[in-house]
Amino acid sequence: MRWLRKRLVVIAGLLTLAFLILPNIVVMVFSFNKPKGRFNYAWQEFSTHAWEDPCGVADLCGSLSLSLQIAVWATIGATALGTAIAFALARYRFRARGAVNSLIFLPMAMPEVVMAASLLTLFLNMGAQLGFWTILIAHIMFCLSFVVTAVKARVMSMDPRLEQAAQDLYAGPVQTFVRVTLPIAAPGIAAGALLAFALSFDDFIITNFNAGSTVTFPMYVWGSAQRGTPVQINVIGTAMFAIAVLLVLAGMVVTNRRKKQHS
Amino acid sequence: MTTVAEAPAPEAAPEPPVPLKKPRKRGRLTPYWLLLPGLLWLVVFFALPMLYQASTSVQTGSLEEGYKVTWHFATYWDALSNYWPQFLRSVLYAGVATILCLVLGYPLAYLIAFKAGRWRNLVLILVIAPFFTSFLIRTLAWKTILADSGPVVGALNSLHLLDVTSWLGMTEGDRVLATPLAVVCGLTYNFLPFMILPLYTSLERIDGRLHEAAGDLYARPITTFRRVTFPLSMPGVVSGTLLTFIPASGDYVNAQLLGSTSEKMVGNVIQSQFLTVLDYPTAAALSFILMAAILIMVTLYIRRSGTEDLV
Repeated sequence: MRWLRKRLVVIAGLLTLAFLILPNIVVMVFSFNKPKGRFNYAWQEFSTHAWEDPCGVADLCGSLSLSLQIAVWATIGATALGTAIAFALARYRFRARGAVNSLIFLPMAMPEVVMAASLLTLFLNMGAQLGFWTILIAHIMFCLSFVVTAVKARVMSMDPRLEQAAQDLYAGPVQTFVRVTLPIAAPGIAAGALLAFALSFDDFIITNFNAGSTVTFPMYVWGSAQRGTPVQINVIGTAMFAIAVLLVLAGMVVTNRRKKQHS
Repeated sequence: MTTVAEAPAPEAAPEPPVPLKKPRKRGRLTPYWLLLPGLLWLVVFFALPMLYQASTSVQTGSLEEGYKVTWHFATYWDALSNYWPQFLRSVLYAGVATILCLVLGYPLAYLIAFKAGRWRNLVLILVIAPFFTSFLIRTLAWKTILADSGPVVGALNSLHLLDVTSWLGMTEGDRVLATPLAVVCGLTYNFLPFMILPLYTSLERIDGRLHEAAGDLYARPITTFRRVTFPLSMPGVVSGTLLTFIPASGDYVNAQLLGSTSEKMVGNVIQSQFLTVLDYPTAAALSFILMAAILIMVTLYIRRSGTEDLV
Protein backbone atom coordinates (compact mmCIF):
# COMPACT_ATOMS: atom_id res chain seq x y z
CA MET A 1 0.00 0.00 0.00
CA ARG A 2 2.78 2.44 0.89
CA TRP A 3 4.59 1.56 -2.31
CA LEU A 4 1.45 2.34 -4.29
CA ARG A 5 0.80 5.60 -2.46
CA LYS A 6 4.33 6.83 -3.11
CA ARG A 7 4.00 6.17 -6.81
CA LEU A 8 0.39 7.27 -7.25
CA VAL A 9 1.30 10.41 -9.22
CA VAL A 10 3.59 8.52 -11.57
CA ILE A 11 1.01 5.80 -12.19
CA ALA A 12 -1.79 8.32 -12.78
CA GLY A 13 0.45 10.31 -15.11
CA LEU A 14 1.42 7.26 -17.13
CA LEU A 15 -2.24 6.22 -17.41
CA THR A 16 -3.05 9.65 -18.86
CA LEU A 17 -0.17 9.26 -21.27
CA ALA A 18 -1.58 5.90 -22.34
CA PHE A 19 -5.00 7.55 -22.84
CA LEU A 20 -3.32 10.12 -25.12
CA ILE A 21 -1.46 7.59 -27.21
CA LEU A 22 -4.08 4.84 -27.39
CA PRO A 23 -5.87 6.23 -30.51
CA ASN A 24 -2.55 6.51 -32.34
CA ILE A 25 -1.85 2.86 -31.64
CA VAL A 26 -5.34 1.93 -32.85
CA VAL A 27 -4.77 3.96 -36.04
CA MET A 28 -1.46 2.17 -36.58
CA VAL A 29 -2.86 -1.33 -35.97
CA PHE A 30 -5.89 -0.73 -38.20
CA SER A 31 -3.65 0.45 -41.05
CA PHE A 32 -2.86 -3.28 -41.44
CA ASN A 33 -6.50 -4.29 -41.45
CA LYS A 34 -8.45 -5.71 -44.36
CA PRO A 35 -12.00 -4.48 -43.66
CA LYS A 36 -15.00 -6.30 -45.06
CA GLY A 37 -17.43 -3.42 -45.47
CA ARG A 38 -16.91 0.23 -46.26
CA PHE A 39 -15.89 1.08 -42.71
CA ASN A 40 -12.62 0.29 -41.01
CA TYR A 41 -13.84 0.12 -37.40
CA ALA A 42 -13.64 -3.62 -36.69
CA TRP A 43 -10.63 -5.91 -37.03
CA GLN A 44 -10.91 -8.49 -39.81
CA GLU A 45 -7.55 -9.79 -41.00
CA PHE A 46 -3.95 -8.73 -41.43
CA SER A 47 -2.98 -7.19 -44.75
CA THR A 48 -0.43 -4.72 -46.05
CA HIS A 49 -2.40 -3.78 -49.16
CA ALA A 50 -3.05 -0.21 -47.96
CA TRP A 51 0.65 0.38 -47.30
CA GLU A 52 1.55 -0.88 -50.77
CA ASP A 53 -0.82 1.55 -52.44
CA PRO A 54 -1.47 4.57 -50.20
CA CYS A 55 -2.84 6.64 -53.10
CA GLY A 56 -5.09 3.83 -54.32
CA VAL A 57 -8.27 5.62 -53.25
CA ALA A 58 -9.74 8.31 -55.46
CA ASP A 59 -9.12 11.93 -54.34
CA LEU A 60 -7.26 10.98 -51.16
CA CYS A 61 -3.78 12.02 -52.26
CA GLY A 62 -5.18 14.99 -54.16
CA SER A 63 -6.72 16.33 -50.97
CA LEU A 64 -3.49 15.60 -49.12
CA SER A 65 -1.39 17.59 -51.56
CA LEU A 66 -3.93 20.43 -51.51
CA SER A 67 -3.70 20.54 -47.70
CA LEU A 68 0.09 20.59 -47.89
CA GLN A 69 0.04 23.44 -50.42
CA ILE A 70 -2.35 25.49 -48.31
CA ALA A 71 -0.33 24.79 -45.17
CA VAL A 72 2.92 25.91 -46.85
CA TRP A 73 1.43 29.17 -48.14
CA ALA A 74 -0.43 29.84 -44.89
CA THR A 75 2.80 29.27 -42.95
CA ILE A 76 4.75 31.67 -45.17
CA GLY A 77 2.04 34.32 -44.99
CA ALA A 78 1.33 34.05 -41.27
CA THR A 79 5.03 33.88 -40.34
CA ALA A 80 5.92 36.97 -42.39
CA LEU A 81 3.01 39.06 -41.09
CA GLY A 82 3.25 37.69 -37.55
CA THR A 83 7.00 38.17 -37.17
CA ALA A 84 6.70 41.83 -38.20
CA ILE A 85 3.93 42.40 -35.63
CA ALA A 86 5.91 40.57 -32.94
CA PHE A 87 8.97 42.78 -33.52
CA ALA A 88 6.86 45.92 -33.40
CA LEU A 89 5.22 44.82 -30.13
CA ALA A 90 8.40 43.62 -28.47
CA ARG A 91 10.70 46.45 -29.53
CA TYR A 92 8.71 49.65 -29.73
CA ARG A 93 6.54 51.68 -27.43
CA PHE A 94 3.74 53.28 -29.41
CA ARG A 95 0.18 54.38 -28.94
CA ALA A 96 -2.60 51.78 -29.26
CA ARG A 97 -0.29 49.03 -28.09
CA GLY A 98 -3.01 47.69 -25.79
CA ALA A 99 -5.58 47.66 -28.58
CA VAL A 100 -3.17 45.81 -30.87
CA ASN A 101 -2.51 43.26 -28.14
CA SER A 102 -6.22 42.57 -27.72
CA LEU A 103 -6.74 42.26 -31.46
CA ILE A 104 -3.98 39.63 -31.49
CA PHE A 105 -5.41 37.82 -28.46
CA LEU A 106 -9.07 37.67 -29.53
CA PRO A 107 -8.77 35.14 -32.40
CA MET A 108 -7.11 32.70 -30.00
CA ALA A 109 -9.88 33.12 -27.41
CA MET A 110 -12.79 32.76 -29.83
CA PRO A 111 -14.48 29.41 -30.52
CA GLU A 112 -13.49 28.41 -34.03
CA VAL A 113 -17.07 27.99 -35.15
CA VAL A 114 -17.80 31.68 -34.43
CA MET A 115 -14.82 32.85 -36.49
CA ALA A 116 -15.65 30.41 -39.25
CA ALA A 117 -19.26 31.56 -39.45
CA SER A 118 -18.44 35.26 -39.42
CA LEU A 119 -15.81 34.88 -42.13
CA LEU A 120 -18.35 33.04 -44.24
CA THR A 121 -20.84 35.93 -43.86
CA LEU A 122 -18.14 38.30 -45.09
CA PHE A 123 -17.34 36.14 -48.12
CA LEU A 124 -21.04 35.69 -48.92
CA ASN A 125 -21.63 39.43 -48.67
CA MET A 126 -18.70 40.15 -50.95
CA GLY A 127 -19.84 37.45 -53.35
CA ALA A 128 -16.43 35.79 -53.16
CA GLN A 129 -15.91 32.44 -54.85
CA LEU A 130 -15.28 29.90 -52.05
CA GLY A 131 -12.24 27.69 -52.59
CA PHE A 132 -8.46 27.73 -52.41
CA TRP A 133 -8.12 31.48 -51.83
CA THR A 134 -10.81 31.79 -49.16
CA ILE A 135 -9.28 28.82 -47.30
CA LEU A 136 -5.83 30.41 -47.51
CA ILE A 137 -7.12 33.79 -46.28
CA ALA A 138 -8.85 32.11 -43.33
CA HIS A 139 -5.81 30.02 -42.42
CA ILE A 140 -3.43 33.00 -42.46
CA MET A 141 -5.94 34.84 -40.25
CA PHE A 142 -6.14 32.26 -37.48
CA CYS A 143 -2.45 31.23 -37.59
CA LEU A 144 -1.27 34.84 -37.31
CA SER A 145 -1.90 35.27 -33.57
CA PHE A 146 -0.06 32.06 -32.71
CA VAL A 147 3.01 33.16 -34.69
CA VAL A 148 2.98 36.57 -32.98
CA THR A 149 2.85 34.94 -29.54
CA ALA A 150 5.70 32.52 -30.28
CA VAL A 151 8.02 35.12 -31.85
CA LYS A 152 7.22 37.80 -29.27
CA ALA A 153 8.17 35.52 -26.38
CA ARG A 154 11.57 34.92 -27.96
CA VAL A 155 12.29 38.55 -28.89
CA MET A 156 11.24 39.78 -25.43
CA SER A 157 13.72 37.46 -23.72
CA MET A 158 16.55 38.64 -25.97
CA ASP A 159 19.37 40.69 -24.42
CA PRO A 160 19.30 44.17 -26.06
CA ARG A 161 22.97 44.63 -25.19
CA LEU A 162 23.91 42.12 -27.90
CA GLU A 163 22.61 44.47 -30.57
CA GLN A 164 24.24 47.46 -28.90
CA ALA A 165 27.49 45.53 -28.90
CA ALA A 166 27.12 44.86 -32.63
CA GLN A 167 26.65 48.56 -33.21
CA ASP A 168 29.62 49.44 -31.06
CA LEU A 169 31.54 47.19 -33.41
CA TYR A 170 30.34 49.35 -36.31
CA ALA A 171 27.73 47.01 -37.73
CA GLY A 172 25.11 48.88 -39.74
CA PRO A 173 21.43 48.42 -38.96
CA VAL A 174 20.98 45.86 -41.73
CA GLN A 175 24.10 43.96 -40.71
CA THR A 176 23.03 44.00 -37.05
CA PHE A 177 19.64 42.67 -37.98
CA VAL A 178 20.87 39.90 -40.29
CA ARG A 179 23.86 38.76 -38.23
CA VAL A 180 22.66 39.31 -34.65
CA THR A 181 18.94 39.88 -34.28
CA LEU A 182 17.67 37.34 -36.78
CA PRO A 183 19.80 34.37 -35.59
CA ILE A 184 18.71 34.98 -32.00
CA ALA A 185 15.02 35.31 -32.97
CA ALA A 186 15.19 32.31 -35.33
CA PRO A 187 14.08 29.60 -32.86
CA GLY A 188 10.97 31.66 -32.02
CA ILE A 189 10.22 32.23 -35.70
CA ALA A 190 10.73 28.53 -36.41
CA ALA A 191 8.44 27.55 -33.54
CA GLY A 192 5.78 29.96 -34.82
CA ALA A 193 6.11 28.65 -38.37
CA LEU A 194 5.86 25.00 -37.25
CA LEU A 195 2.79 25.80 -35.17
CA ALA A 196 1.19 27.61 -38.11
CA PHE A 197 1.90 24.67 -40.40
CA ALA A 198 0.43 22.15 -37.97
CA LEU A 199 -2.65 24.29 -37.26
CA SER A 200 -3.32 24.94 -40.93
CA PHE A 201 -2.75 21.36 -42.03
CA ASP A 202 -5.07 19.96 -39.37
CA ASP A 203 -7.79 22.61 -39.40
CA PHE A 204 -11.26 21.35 -40.06
CA ILE A 205 -13.90 23.67 -38.57
CA ILE A 206 -12.86 26.93 -40.28
CA THR A 207 -12.09 25.13 -43.55
CA ASN A 208 -15.44 23.34 -43.49
CA PHE A 209 -17.23 26.71 -43.54
CA ASN A 210 -15.07 28.49 -46.10
CA ALA A 211 -14.02 25.80 -48.57
CA GLY A 212 -17.05 25.65 -50.83
CA SER A 213 -16.67 22.45 -52.80
CA THR A 214 -12.88 22.29 -52.38
CA VAL A 215 -11.79 19.24 -50.36
CA THR A 216 -8.76 19.40 -48.06
CA PHE A 217 -7.39 16.34 -46.28
CA PRO A 218 -9.30 16.87 -42.99
CA MET A 219 -12.46 17.41 -45.05
CA TYR A 220 -11.79 14.19 -46.92
CA VAL A 221 -11.51 12.34 -43.60
CA TRP A 222 -14.73 13.99 -42.40
CA GLY A 223 -16.55 12.94 -45.55
CA SER A 224 -15.19 9.41 -45.28
CA ALA A 225 -16.72 9.10 -41.81
CA GLN A 226 -20.09 9.21 -43.58
CA ARG A 227 -19.26 7.42 -46.84
CA GLY A 228 -16.86 4.79 -45.59
CA THR A 229 -13.28 5.07 -44.35
CA PRO A 230 -10.54 3.57 -46.55
CA VAL A 231 -7.62 1.95 -44.73
CA GLN A 232 -5.32 4.37 -46.55
CA ILE A 233 -6.44 7.10 -44.12
CA ASN A 234 -4.89 5.08 -41.30
CA VAL A 235 -1.72 4.61 -43.35
CA ILE A 236 -1.36 8.36 -43.81
CA GLY A 237 -2.13 9.02 -40.15
CA THR A 238 0.50 6.50 -39.08
CA ALA A 239 3.07 7.87 -41.52
CA MET A 240 2.52 11.43 -40.28
CA PHE A 241 2.98 10.29 -36.68
CA ALA A 242 6.13 8.29 -37.49
CA ILE A 243 7.73 11.07 -39.55
CA ALA A 244 7.08 13.63 -36.81
CA VAL A 245 8.51 11.43 -34.05
CA LEU A 246 11.60 10.62 -36.16
CA LEU A 247 12.19 14.30 -36.96
CA VAL A 248 11.91 15.28 -33.30
CA LEU A 249 14.24 12.46 -32.21
CA ALA A 250 16.77 13.45 -34.90
CA GLY A 251 16.58 17.04 -33.68
CA MET A 252 17.26 15.89 -30.12
CA VAL A 253 20.30 13.87 -31.19
CA VAL A 254 21.72 16.84 -33.10
CA THR A 255 21.28 19.28 -30.19
CA ASN A 256 22.77 16.75 -27.75
CA ARG A 257 25.83 16.38 -29.96
CA ARG A 258 26.26 20.12 -30.23
CA LYS A 259 26.01 20.46 -26.47
CA LYS A 260 28.71 17.82 -26.05
CA GLN A 261 30.95 19.57 -28.57
CA HIS A 262 30.57 22.86 -26.72
CA SER A 263 31.33 21.46 -23.29
CA MET B 1 14.87 48.14 -38.01
CA THR B 2 15.88 51.71 -38.73
CA THR B 3 15.23 53.32 -35.35
CA VAL B 4 18.65 52.40 -34.18
CA ALA B 5 21.00 55.17 -35.20
CA GLU B 6 23.40 54.28 -37.94
CA ALA B 7 26.96 54.02 -36.80
CA PRO B 8 29.33 56.33 -38.60
CA ALA B 9 31.66 54.83 -41.18
CA PRO B 10 34.87 53.44 -39.65
CA GLU B 11 37.21 56.07 -41.12
CA ALA B 12 35.01 58.91 -39.87
CA ALA B 13 34.85 57.57 -36.33
CA PRO B 14 35.59 60.46 -34.00
CA GLU B 15 35.55 59.66 -30.31
CA PRO B 16 34.14 56.39 -28.98
CA PRO B 17 31.72 55.70 -27.37
CA VAL B 18 29.41 56.76 -30.19
CA PRO B 19 26.41 58.64 -28.81
CA LEU B 20 23.13 57.26 -30.11
CA LYS B 21 21.49 59.69 -32.48
CA LYS B 22 17.89 60.63 -31.87
CA PRO B 23 15.60 58.43 -33.97
CA ARG B 24 14.62 60.21 -37.12
CA LYS B 25 11.03 60.75 -38.17
CA ARG B 26 11.17 57.76 -40.53
CA GLY B 27 12.34 55.66 -37.58
CA ARG B 28 9.41 56.65 -35.40
CA LEU B 29 7.04 55.28 -38.00
CA THR B 30 8.81 51.91 -38.15
CA PRO B 31 6.52 50.10 -35.67
CA TYR B 32 3.49 51.21 -37.65
CA TRP B 33 4.94 49.94 -40.91
CA LEU B 34 5.72 46.63 -39.24
CA LEU B 35 2.19 46.34 -37.87
CA LEU B 36 0.33 47.51 -40.95
CA PRO B 37 0.08 44.38 -43.13
CA GLY B 38 -0.70 41.93 -40.32
CA LEU B 39 -3.19 44.18 -38.58
CA LEU B 40 -4.88 44.98 -41.87
CA TRP B 41 -5.33 41.24 -42.35
CA LEU B 42 -6.86 40.83 -38.90
CA VAL B 43 -9.12 43.85 -39.29
CA VAL B 44 -10.41 42.80 -42.71
CA PHE B 45 -10.71 39.06 -42.07
CA PHE B 46 -11.43 38.94 -38.34
CA ALA B 47 -12.95 42.20 -37.05
CA LEU B 48 -14.93 43.16 -40.14
CA PRO B 49 -16.54 39.68 -40.43
CA MET B 50 -17.75 40.04 -36.84
CA LEU B 51 -19.50 43.28 -37.83
CA TYR B 52 -21.02 41.60 -40.88
CA GLN B 53 -22.25 38.82 -38.70
CA ALA B 54 -23.74 41.29 -36.23
CA SER B 55 -25.64 42.93 -39.04
CA THR B 56 -26.72 39.57 -40.46
CA SER B 57 -28.19 38.57 -37.11
CA VAL B 58 -30.70 41.46 -37.20
CA GLN B 59 -31.71 40.97 -40.83
CA THR B 60 -34.92 39.46 -42.14
CA GLY B 61 -35.81 38.16 -45.55
CA SER B 62 -35.24 35.02 -47.48
CA LEU B 63 -32.51 33.49 -49.56
CA GLU B 64 -34.44 34.13 -52.79
CA GLU B 65 -35.47 37.73 -52.15
CA GLY B 66 -32.38 38.77 -50.28
CA TYR B 67 -31.89 39.94 -46.70
CA LYS B 68 -32.38 43.43 -45.29
CA VAL B 69 -31.35 44.91 -41.98
CA THR B 70 -34.62 45.39 -40.10
CA TRP B 71 -33.26 45.40 -36.53
CA HIS B 72 -35.26 42.27 -35.95
CA PHE B 73 -33.89 41.35 -32.52
CA ALA B 74 -36.56 38.68 -32.11
CA THR B 75 -34.22 36.33 -33.99
CA TYR B 76 -32.10 36.22 -30.84
CA TRP B 77 -35.11 35.35 -28.71
CA ASP B 78 -36.28 32.66 -31.16
CA ALA B 79 -32.82 31.17 -31.42
CA LEU B 80 -32.45 31.04 -27.66
CA SER B 81 -35.90 29.55 -27.03
CA ASN B 82 -35.48 26.97 -29.79
CA TYR B 83 -31.95 25.90 -29.04
CA TRP B 84 -31.44 26.38 -25.30
CA PRO B 85 -31.06 22.60 -24.75
CA GLN B 86 -28.10 22.56 -27.16
CA PHE B 87 -26.56 25.59 -25.44
CA LEU B 88 -26.98 23.98 -22.05
CA ARG B 89 -25.55 20.71 -23.33
CA SER B 90 -22.51 22.47 -24.82
CA VAL B 91 -21.71 24.24 -21.57
CA LEU B 92 -22.28 21.04 -19.59
CA TYR B 93 -20.20 18.77 -21.84
CA ALA B 94 -17.40 21.33 -22.17
CA GLY B 95 -17.44 21.88 -18.41
CA VAL B 96 -17.27 18.17 -17.59
CA ALA B 97 -14.54 17.64 -20.21
CA THR B 98 -12.55 20.56 -18.75
CA ILE B 99 -12.75 19.14 -15.22
CA LEU B 100 -11.76 15.68 -16.52
CA CYS B 101 -8.83 17.23 -18.43
CA LEU B 102 -7.68 18.94 -15.23
CA VAL B 103 -7.96 15.76 -13.17
CA LEU B 104 -6.24 13.61 -15.82
CA GLY B 105 -3.75 16.22 -16.96
CA TYR B 106 -2.45 17.40 -13.61
CA PRO B 107 -0.63 14.17 -12.63
CA LEU B 108 0.98 13.94 -16.06
CA ALA B 109 2.12 17.59 -15.99
CA TYR B 110 3.42 17.02 -12.45
CA LEU B 111 5.20 13.88 -13.60
CA ILE B 112 6.94 15.72 -16.45
CA ALA B 113 7.89 18.70 -14.29
CA PHE B 114 9.20 16.91 -11.19
CA LYS B 115 9.51 13.15 -11.60
CA ALA B 116 10.55 12.43 -15.18
CA GLY B 117 14.23 13.32 -14.78
CA ARG B 118 16.11 12.40 -17.93
CA TRP B 119 12.92 11.02 -19.49
CA ARG B 120 11.36 14.49 -19.47
CA ASN B 121 11.94 15.28 -23.16
CA LEU B 122 10.70 11.87 -24.25
CA VAL B 123 7.46 12.18 -22.25
CA LEU B 124 6.95 15.71 -23.62
CA ILE B 125 7.36 14.36 -27.15
CA LEU B 126 4.82 11.63 -26.41
CA VAL B 127 2.34 14.29 -25.27
CA ILE B 128 2.80 16.40 -28.41
CA ALA B 129 3.34 13.63 -30.97
CA PRO B 130 -0.32 12.45 -31.22
CA PHE B 131 -1.02 15.94 -32.61
CA PHE B 132 0.74 15.01 -35.81
CA THR B 133 -1.91 12.51 -36.78
CA SER B 134 -4.90 14.48 -37.97
CA PHE B 135 -7.32 14.95 -35.04
CA LEU B 136 -10.21 13.68 -37.17
CA ILE B 137 -8.41 10.37 -37.75
CA ARG B 138 -7.73 10.05 -34.03
CA THR B 139 -11.34 10.87 -33.18
CA LEU B 140 -12.49 8.19 -35.61
CA ALA B 141 -10.19 5.75 -33.81
CA TRP B 142 -12.38 6.25 -30.71
CA LYS B 143 -15.21 4.70 -32.71
CA THR B 144 -13.20 1.49 -32.73
CA ILE B 145 -12.20 1.75 -29.08
CA LEU B 146 -15.72 2.46 -27.83
CA ALA B 147 -17.44 0.09 -30.27
CA ASP B 148 -20.36 -2.00 -28.99
CA SER B 149 -18.39 -5.24 -28.90
CA GLY B 150 -15.15 -3.47 -28.06
CA PRO B 151 -12.94 -3.67 -24.97
CA VAL B 152 -14.27 -0.57 -23.20
CA VAL B 153 -17.90 -1.67 -23.31
CA GLY B 154 -16.83 -5.18 -22.23
CA ALA B 155 -14.83 -3.89 -19.28
CA LEU B 156 -17.54 -1.48 -18.14
CA ASN B 157 -20.10 -4.24 -18.46
CA SER B 158 -18.19 -6.79 -16.45
CA LEU B 159 -17.63 -4.19 -13.70
CA HIS B 160 -21.38 -3.36 -13.87
CA LEU B 161 -20.41 0.25 -14.40
CA LEU B 162 -22.68 0.64 -17.41
CA ASP B 163 -25.67 0.40 -15.06
CA VAL B 164 -24.24 3.28 -13.06
CA THR B 165 -23.51 5.42 -16.11
CA SER B 166 -26.91 4.80 -17.67
CA TRP B 167 -28.56 5.64 -14.33
CA LEU B 168 -26.60 8.92 -14.50
CA GLY B 169 -27.87 9.46 -18.04
CA MET B 170 -24.38 9.17 -19.48
CA THR B 171 -25.02 6.01 -21.51
CA GLU B 172 -28.00 4.17 -22.93
CA GLY B 173 -28.46 0.43 -22.67
CA ASP B 174 -25.43 -1.65 -23.50
CA ARG B 175 -23.55 0.85 -25.58
CA VAL B 176 -21.16 3.71 -25.11
CA LEU B 177 -20.92 4.95 -28.68
CA ALA B 178 -23.59 7.52 -29.60
CA THR B 179 -24.10 8.50 -25.96
CA PRO B 180 -23.05 11.57 -23.93
CA LEU B 181 -20.23 9.55 -22.38
CA ALA B 182 -18.61 9.05 -25.79
CA VAL B 183 -18.86 12.75 -26.66
CA VAL B 184 -17.36 13.82 -23.32
CA CYS B 185 -14.62 11.21 -23.75
CA GLY B 186 -13.80 12.57 -27.22
CA LEU B 187 -13.77 16.18 -25.99
CA THR B 188 -11.55 15.27 -23.04
CA TYR B 189 -9.17 13.41 -25.30
CA ASN B 190 -9.00 16.11 -27.98
CA PHE B 191 -8.31 19.02 -25.64
CA LEU B 192 -6.16 17.27 -23.01
CA PRO B 193 -2.82 18.50 -24.42
CA PHE B 194 -4.09 22.09 -24.19
CA MET B 195 -4.44 21.49 -20.44
CA ILE B 196 -1.18 19.61 -19.92
CA LEU B 197 1.18 22.07 -21.62
CA PRO B 198 0.23 25.24 -19.66
CA LEU B 199 0.13 23.21 -16.43
CA TYR B 200 3.60 21.88 -17.16
CA THR B 201 5.03 25.35 -17.89
CA SER B 202 3.71 26.81 -14.65
CA LEU B 203 4.75 23.77 -12.57
CA GLU B 204 8.22 23.82 -14.08
CA ARG B 205 8.74 27.41 -12.93
CA ILE B 206 8.19 26.48 -9.27
CA ASP B 207 11.40 26.65 -7.27
CA GLY B 208 12.19 23.16 -5.96
CA ARG B 209 13.53 24.69 -2.73
CA LEU B 210 9.98 25.66 -1.79
CA HIS B 211 9.12 21.97 -1.60
CA GLU B 212 12.15 21.33 0.58
CA ALA B 213 11.20 24.25 2.81
CA ALA B 214 7.68 22.88 3.21
CA GLY B 215 9.17 19.48 4.09
CA ASP B 216 11.53 21.08 6.61
CA LEU B 217 8.52 22.65 8.26
CA TYR B 218 7.00 19.18 8.68
CA ALA B 219 4.34 19.57 5.97
CA ARG B 220 3.12 16.22 4.73
CA PRO B 221 3.27 15.73 0.92
CA ILE B 222 -0.48 16.33 0.67
CA THR B 223 -0.21 19.58 2.64
CA THR B 224 2.75 20.70 0.53
CA PHE B 225 0.71 20.10 -2.56
CA ARG B 226 -2.38 21.86 -1.20
CA ARG B 227 -0.63 24.87 0.28
CA VAL B 228 2.41 25.34 -1.98
CA THR B 229 2.38 23.53 -5.32
CA PHE B 230 -1.26 23.94 -6.33
CA PRO B 231 -1.56 27.68 -5.52
CA LEU B 232 1.67 28.35 -7.41
CA SER B 233 0.38 26.44 -10.45
CA MET B 234 -2.83 28.54 -10.60
CA PRO B 235 -1.78 30.51 -13.72
CA GLY B 236 -1.40 27.18 -15.51
CA VAL B 237 -4.74 25.92 -14.18
CA VAL B 238 -6.54 29.07 -15.34
CA SER B 239 -5.03 29.21 -18.82
CA GLY B 240 -5.38 25.43 -19.20
CA THR B 241 -9.08 25.45 -18.29
CA LEU B 242 -9.72 28.36 -20.67
CA LEU B 243 -7.81 26.67 -23.50
CA THR B 244 -9.94 23.54 -23.02
CA PHE B 245 -13.33 25.04 -22.21
CA ILE B 246 -13.57 27.64 -24.99
CA PRO B 247 -12.82 25.38 -27.97
CA ALA B 248 -14.73 22.46 -26.41
CA SER B 249 -17.92 24.51 -26.07
CA GLY B 250 -17.86 25.46 -29.74
CA ASP B 251 -16.81 22.06 -31.05
CA TYR B 252 -19.14 20.05 -33.25
CA VAL B 253 -16.80 17.34 -34.51
CA ASN B 254 -16.94 15.10 -31.42
CA ALA B 255 -20.71 15.39 -31.06
CA GLN B 256 -21.11 14.50 -34.74
CA LEU B 257 -18.68 11.58 -34.90
CA LEU B 258 -19.15 10.03 -31.45
CA GLY B 259 -22.60 11.22 -30.36
CA SER B 260 -26.08 10.59 -31.66
CA THR B 261 -28.38 13.01 -33.46
CA SER B 262 -30.20 13.70 -30.20
CA GLU B 263 -26.96 14.79 -28.52
CA LYS B 264 -26.27 17.84 -30.68
CA MET B 265 -24.20 20.67 -29.29
CA VAL B 266 -24.59 24.32 -30.25
CA GLY B 267 -21.71 24.03 -32.72
CA ASN B 268 -23.67 21.41 -34.67
CA VAL B 269 -26.69 23.74 -34.80
CA ILE B 270 -24.63 26.69 -36.03
CA GLN B 271 -22.96 24.49 -38.64
CA SER B 272 -26.21 23.05 -39.99
CA GLN B 273 -28.04 26.42 -39.93
CA PHE B 274 -25.19 27.98 -41.90
CA LEU B 275 -24.27 25.22 -44.32
CA THR B 276 -27.43 23.11 -44.74
CA VAL B 277 -30.53 25.10 -43.74
CA LEU B 278 -29.01 28.39 -45.01
CA ASP B 279 -30.90 30.40 -42.37
CA TYR B 280 -28.16 33.00 -41.95
CA PRO B 281 -29.83 35.35 -39.41
CA THR B 282 -30.55 32.51 -36.97
CA ALA B 283 -27.06 31.08 -37.43
CA ALA B 284 -25.45 34.47 -36.88
CA ALA B 285 -27.58 35.12 -33.78
CA LEU B 286 -26.66 31.70 -32.39
CA SER B 287 -22.97 32.23 -32.83
CA PHE B 288 -23.22 35.68 -31.21
CA ILE B 289 -25.06 34.23 -28.22
CA LEU B 290 -22.34 31.56 -27.93
CA MET B 291 -19.62 34.20 -28.08
CA ALA B 292 -21.33 36.41 -25.50
CA ALA B 293 -21.95 33.46 -23.16
CA ILE B 294 -18.31 32.44 -23.34
CA LEU B 295 -17.07 36.01 -22.82
CA ILE B 296 -19.25 36.41 -19.73
CA MET B 297 -18.27 33.06 -18.24
CA VAL B 298 -14.57 33.62 -18.93
CA THR B 299 -14.59 37.12 -17.41
CA LEU B 300 -16.37 35.91 -14.27
CA TYR B 301 -13.99 32.98 -13.99
CA ILE B 302 -10.88 35.12 -14.36
CA ARG B 303 -12.21 37.60 -11.80
CA ARG B 304 -12.90 34.81 -9.31
CA SER B 305 -9.58 33.10 -9.75
CA GLY B 306 -7.87 36.43 -9.24
CA THR B 307 -5.43 36.26 -12.10
CA GLU B 308 -6.59 39.18 -14.20
CA ASP B 309 -3.10 39.91 -15.44
CA LEU B 310 -3.27 36.70 -17.44
CA VAL B 311 -5.40 37.93 -20.28
